[in-house]
Amino acid sequence: MIRPDAELLLEISDLHASVEDQPILKGVNLQVRAGEIHAVMGRNGSGKSTLSKVLAGHPAYRVTAGSVRYRGRDLFELEPEERARLGVFLGFQYPVEIPGVSNLEFLRVATNARRQSRELDELDTFEFEDHVREKLQVVQMDPAFLERSVNEGFSGGEKKRNEILQMALLEPVVAILDETDSGLDIDALRIVAAGVNQLAGPDNATLLITHYQRLLDEITPDYVHVMAAGRILRTGGRELALELEQTGYDWVDRELAAQGVA
Amino acid sequence: MTSVSTRDLVSQPYKYGFVTDIATDKIAKGLSEDVVRLISAKKGEPEFLLNFRLKAYRHWLTLEEPDWAALGYPAIDYQDIVYYAAPKQPQEKKASLDEVDPKLLETFEKLGIPLNEQKRLSNVAVDAVFDSVSIATTYKEKLAEHGVVFCSFAEAVKEHPDLIAHYLGTVVSSNDNYFAALNSAVFSDGSFVFIPKGVECPMELSTYFRINSGDTGQFERTLIVAEEGASVSYLEGCTAPMFDTNQLHAAVVELVALDDASIKYSTVQNWYAGDENGVGGIYNFVTKRGQCRGARSRISWTQVETGSAITWKYPSCVLQGADSVGEFYSVALTNNCQQADTGTKMVHVGPRTRSTIVSKGISAGRSSNSYRGLVQMAPSAKGARNYSQCDSMLIGDQAAANTYPYIRSQQPQAAIEHEASTCRISEDQLFYLQSRGIGFEEAVSMMVSGFCRDVFNQLPMEFAAEADKLLALKLEGSVG
Repeated sequence: MIRPDAELLLEISDLHASVEDQPILKGVNLQVRAGEIHAVMGRNGSGKSTLSKVLAGHPAYRVTAGSVRYRGRDLFELEPEERARLGVFLGFQYPVEIPGVSNLEFLRVATNARRQSRELDELDTFEFEDHVREKLQVVQMDPAFLERSVNEGFSGGEKKRNEILQMALLEPVVAILDETDSGLDIDALRIVAAGVNQLAGPDNATLLITHYQRLLDEITPDYVHVMAAGRILRTGGRELALELEQTGYDWVDRELAAQGVA
Repeated sequence: MTSVSTRDLVSQPYKYGFVTDIATDKIAKGLSEDVVRLISAKKGEPEFLLNFRLKAYRHWLTLEEPDWAALGYPAIDYQDIVYYAAPKQPQEKKASLDEVDPKLLETFEKLGIPLNEQKRLSNVAVDAVFDSVSIATTYKEKLAEHGVVFCSFAEAVKEHPDLIAHYLGTVVSSNDNYFAALNSAVFSDGSFVFIPKGVECPMELSTYFRINSGDTGQFERTLIVAEEGASVSYLEGCTAPMFDTNQLHAAVVELVALDDASIKYSTVQNWYAGDENGVGGIYNFVTKRGQCRGARSRISWTQVETGSAITWKYPSCVLQGADSVGEFYSVALTNNCQQADTGTKMVHVGPRTRSTIVSKGISAGRSSNSYRGLVQMAPSAKGARNYSQCDSMLIGDQAAANTYPYIRSQQPQAAIEHEASTCRISEDQLFYLQSRGIGFEEAVSMMVSGFCRDVFNQLPMEFAAEADKLLALKLEGSVG
């Protein structure tokens, strides 16, 4: 929902970033206010995933110009774990497996780190077990998943639901979901989408990075941005996504050529 | 500001690297029959022990240094080592700690092992060994009330020569291997523990080895005997200063458990590992063996190896007594340029004997970590069982892990199971945890702890927490 006077949560200005000296982001500008849902679409290689990683603070990416303000603070002054504690959440496209670390233990430590930051009491093992079982309902996940190692042996859909479970536990202010729909069948997609919709509220914002329109059938965005060659080329309402579905991305090449960009 | 990469993290220096400035009685470098006699004379040993040494020395001269381990190191010049060094104080062990040189007490306090009455750990008796010499043993009187003998090896030779003569060399003979022969010739000091029939030792016993001199070799000798129905839990801790030469540590540990006895031997080893380029560090070439002589006896080895430039050791069990049990739980961590070739030998002789091996190797930096294990079933080991699990964790992309399991069975009714796995800690995994608000150190710790859980659960409670912290410390700066 768009409210012009809602808190400006994320202000990305002229952001440039590289990985292994290869420039990927070449001047991204974006503003996200509380209560909004933004979709960022684009071809592979357009820089969508890079944007999410840079915001989360992945060490392989280097910011070469520009700035990002998170609730008025310089985001890049903060370590990845500090950003997370302050409410920045990245739902990974390919959640990594961490054998030997129990899912339950991991979720509890992460939840308490976030709670501490919000000056809430930490939950002990018993309290947390009750708390997490409640949240499992959001993603319709079996409690058996808590006993396993983080993401170990999880199917693609299960991994994505584990991401949304974490979102439900951490209650982020800005949730960046990187291709959360990739690899999901329609049922899993609906569960994930329902979870995201349930968690979206007037005080937080969601950035959906996606390839396909179909996720946007389930989650209605306020803004749709098209990324190409490391920048946002066009911004529109949700009709833009439907348009893209019809026309594909060819017009992007024409527009880039017209702008004199490779 | 870009996020701090793991490489940028300041790695904690080895905090035990200091040297204590104290007058030391050292003999000249080099090894010869005269040196062996000199060592024996300095210690005032009875003739049987001098003969034991000489026999071992003469045998050592006939042997060649083994080279089959997956280890590389420059040749050791055995003539360039000092074989005896002791802090200068009169021969007699101090009656009270007030008489011990305060600098020595201070050293141990700095290492977290306070020896004086007020501050010592109340439920652990400590024998503090500085260079080759035992400085103090706490709680001796209390233990004596139970008939438990816990003292330095040198003292045991004086006060219990019969026990020494009866048991010394019966588990690890001087002929066993090159380093055992060397140790048997020049061993300095170590600990002696004797638990009489039916006694459960009322406290944890612990020996803390502190190397101080730069050019001495360390040749400890430890002997632990548990008579019928007796039991004891023993912990060995070790640190050394940072020198840029290598020091040889060739110890021998013998354990004997009679009928229904049990011995638990734990080691948390934190010798100096050398710097990031592999300069300096201890060569830890140790022979440790337990003999389950009696029926239903049990010997457990638990080790956390984190230091040493080179670790070469196979704490082993000979399971002679029927229904006896041997266990080996190990975490071996190598970082930077460390090398480890470590594992165990479980030799099943008696019927229905059982052994369990759980080995966790963690390799980081450019290090190399090898597990080498032998499970042997003699024809007489009817109904014997072994279970082995060897797991490796690789951190970064330049470390190496190897596994060399040997199985030799001559008993068709013996069961042997072996499992192995390998995993990695990658930057992506760490970032995943960080992106959930978990700091770097805690993230590494979580992953390594999870991996080592099975082994840490075997450590005496006080030391399990230390082990967790020690690993986290040793791994700083190792990823990225």
